Amino acid sequence: MAAVQTFYLPHYPTYPIYVCMFKDVSNADFLRSQLLEANPKFDYAFLDATMILSLPHLLSASFLALHSHVTHRSKTRTPHSELVFRLHPSNNIGESYKRFGISDSTTYLIAVKIGLGPETTAESVMEHLSENVKGEAVLIGGGGLEIGMWANEAKVRKVYKLENKDAAKKEKNGAVNGVDRAEANQRQEVESVILGMVSLKGS
Amino acid sequence: MTDPAPPEPQPAQPQHILSLPFTTSNLTLLTQGAEALVYRTTFLTPSTPCVLKYRPPKPYRHPTLDKRLTKARLLAEARVLVKCRKEFMGVEGAGVSVPAVLGADWEMGWVVLEWVDGWTVRKCLDEWIHTLGLKGERQGGGREEGADGGGRQKEEPLWDLMRKVGKAVGKLHEIGVCHGDLTTSNLMVRRVAYTSQEQEKNTGVRHVGRQTVSAMREAAITESDAPPEPSSQTAEQQPPNLNGDIVLIDFGLATQTVQDEDRAVDLYVLERAFAATHPAAEPLFREVLRVYGESFKGARTVLKRLEDVRLRGRKRSMLG
Ligand SMILES: Nc1ncnc2c1ncn2[C@@H]1O[C@H](COP(=O)(O)OP(=O)(O)OP(=O)(O)O)[C@@H](O)[C@H]1O
Ligand SMILES: [Mg+2]
Repeated sequence: MAAVQTFYLPHYPTYPIYVCMFKDVSNADFLRSQLLEANPKFDYAFLDATMILSLPHLLSASFLALHSHVTHRSKTRTPHSELVFRLHPSNNIGESYKRFGISDSTTYLIAVKIGLGPETTAESVMEHLSENVKGEAVLIGGGGLEIGMWANEAKVRKVYKLENKDAAKKEKNGAVNGVDRAEANQRQEVESVILGMVSLKGS
Repeated sequence: MTDPAPPEPQPAQPQHILSLPFTTSNLTLLTQGAEALVYRTTFLTPSTPCVLKYRPPKPYRHPTLDKRLTKARLLAEARVLVKCRKEFMGVEGAGVSVPAVLGADWEMGWVVLEWVDGWTVRKCLDEWIHTLGLKGERQGGGREEGADGGGRQKEEPLWDLMRKVGKAVGKLHEIGVCHGDLTTSNLMVRRVAYTSQEQEKNTGVRHVGRQTVSAMREAAITESDAPPEPSSQTAEQQPPNLNGDIVLIDFGLATQTVQDEDRAVDLYVLERAFAATHPAAEPLFREVLRVYGESFKGARTVLKRLEDVRLRGRKRSMLG
């Protein structure tokens, strides 16, 4: 059973953003094939959850994808492909899918559906994904803190060319279990830069 | 120059047609400059406060040219902000920041920036100078002891702020950015709460309950929906807590340059802004310069250049 959390973007209140998270996904190849076939029933942004740093990271790309769609300036076929495209700092659509999209070996999945019309509801998304995603649904709270829990920060930083110069040093000193305060602050700093880069993409 | 305009009565009718997706609902006008309308609103999530800077089309300009200029200015500002944020990211405890860029549409003329919760350095100077009862050099002879003998110690947060400002400007220049409009209104101190010990110490400080016009304006702007504060009563009795990081704002005129001249002009503009605040601010500014001079390789040359810039400034004002 999928667990849908609905987020409402300020200034676009009539376009809800439905988000689901899954772990232990075993049919990523099937989901990907549906995207490749452009099956209209599978119009989602299927994202590699290890590449999503936080709720704001996800929502900034969602906002800009939706905004491009509403103002007729999308560079890709659907708002969902636009979302994937928007996440990558370069203008290469293939590269965006490769880095942020689902691959055949994806096991941690974030599925996003932008509510473009009344036919899409939290229920319809939940039903459809429950039927089609083989994996364990993970609940998302209203604050969306879970969104970043599977993020591989080093991998994300690499794509945005924000490699941590003293990460190796830290590793040597022995990494502490759990996220300490400095690390949390660091992640927020990285997130802030990334939001800027996502906003300036294509400029 | 950069002082927020007094809060104007909200017009019943929107004065400007805002760009998509923004409408006047959920927006609070902060300032209306010649170039930009600045609003407070939320972005991405309903609990993320932000600043929306919108550059409306100028009807007297050719539309194509206008679009190009708007885009250039908006992108220049946003790029400098992201560059700063990136450069400051690696620095452990840099103590200086700029607003993050949360979204932008240069064709529609808007950029959304992180909301900085805090006080302008201008307000901090006003409040602290009045609270401490500092006098200008001419009247008082510089750094004087308070009547109760603990003056120096009570002044310490203010001197510490000066050092942080010097360091922050130095950091900015070091990464190759000049602000272009470095006034005390474009420098902010991020809000942090006082510890209970600090609170006790502060309430022992005689508070001169005078509010300047700019402080009141600012209060009117920031009070409306600022995130919860300790308690408005204690907040009122104490001057702003100066322990927060320095945040530089308003990069509308910023340039990416390492020229001594541009750096010196930044310092000169800041010096004039200090001088305009209060006579007591002059010795304080010397501390800003002292720390700036030690903050990066090449800073001393900038201070030398500042002397030339001052001289030219004086000549110009004599020609008036
Ligand atoms: N990120 C921010 N956080 C909080 N307040 C802000 C922020 N940015 C701007 N402000 C407030 O809005 C005012 C106007 O913003 P800003 O100076 O950037 O606009 P401007 O129209 O370019 O001004 P100027 O006429 O100085 O060029 C600031 O003086 C400040 O009070
Ligand atoms: Mg300003």
